[in-house]
Amino acid sequence: MSSMAIPVNRNVLLALASVIVLLCSLLLPSTSYSQVDTFVFDTDEQQNRFRTLSNELRCPMCQNSSLSGSTGGVAEDLRREVHRMIMEGVSDSEIIQFMFERYGDFILFRPRLTAGTVLLWFGPLLFLFIGGLFAFGIWRRARKISDSDTELDKSQQKRLQQLLGDKT
Amino acid sequence: MSKLRFYLPVLGFFFVAIALWRGLYLDTKTLPSMLIDKPMPNFELTSVDGIDVSNSDLPDQIFLLNVWGSYCLPCLIEHPTLMRLSEEGAIPVVGVNYRDRQGLAIDWLADNGNPFSFSILDESGRFGIDLGVYGAPETYLVDANGVIRFRHVSVLDETVWQEQFLPAIAELLEEGG
Repeated sequence: MSSMAIPVNRNVLLALASVIVLLCSLLLPSTSYSQVDTFVFDTDEQQNRFRTLSNELRCPMCQNSSLSGSTGGVAEDLRREVHRMIMEGVSDSEIIQFMFERYGDFILFRPRLTAGTVLLWFGPLLFLFIGGLFAFGIWRRARKISDSDTELDKSQQKRLQQLLGDKT
Repeated sequence: MSKLRFYLPVLGFFFVAIALWRGLYLDTKTLPSMLIDKPMPNFELTSVDGIDVSNSDLPDQIFLLNVWGSYCLPCLIEHPTLMRLSEEGAIPVVGVNYRDRQGLAIDWLADNGNPFSFSILDESGRFGIDLGVYGAPETYLVDANGVIRFRHVSVLDETVWQEQFLPAIAELLEEGG
């Protein structure tokens, strides 16, 4: 570009900048509610419950996404069921029970505490405990070595002197 | 004691190694069915042929409940096995036409043959939810009392029939006396 100064209206610059910011914001990915469902709710509370539930429930087919983030056929059907039950006044825990009875622990991102899921819930704590035991053992041994046994008793001193004396 | 100290990390290593090695071969895709030992869910629907069907239309003997759809390629792979079973009269096969269109289902059966006593038409997938279906094909083994006893997810070929279904059926017959 030439070094010639171009007279630019400040307002035009501002308008241009805001248009650019607007365009950039369109490029940002939308949040996790990427499924475009056309569910209609009576209240915001119902809609929030729907969002929470469909994020808490896992799609049985496309295994690592929630119901809300999945395009799978089953996920679509299950979202529709969640919507239907919310509109019929079914409680959250009853909806979760409904899903559990059909698809098991798998469908819950927070599985219930049963004999089969104990390790899942408390395994990390168990490993932390084992690691803690090792760390404690190492720490205790290190302290023992630094505190005691660093000084020689009389006979050891004598032997040391002997050895050193031999060398010189 | 000092020997144990030495071997403990080695043992730990092998424990973790075996656990991870097993993890590599775990089947995480196949979910266990929640309906094992539970009665078939109630249904009052129509068949693919447009006839009203309900639980009372189910066979009074051990039968297969096969979830299928005209869009489902693996269903075509298992189709010859289902055809053989039904032609030989080995076991009645009831279909669940899952998330499909009635017209497409009728055409598919006309093209490929119909091994089913009847097929429950489940266009919305609502009956599938009651069964805990998460994708066609799935095959359920139902006993004479209408209780679901076994489920196989994905293709039911001759190998699966021989190795999984025949032993399961033999077990059911044994306990039935």
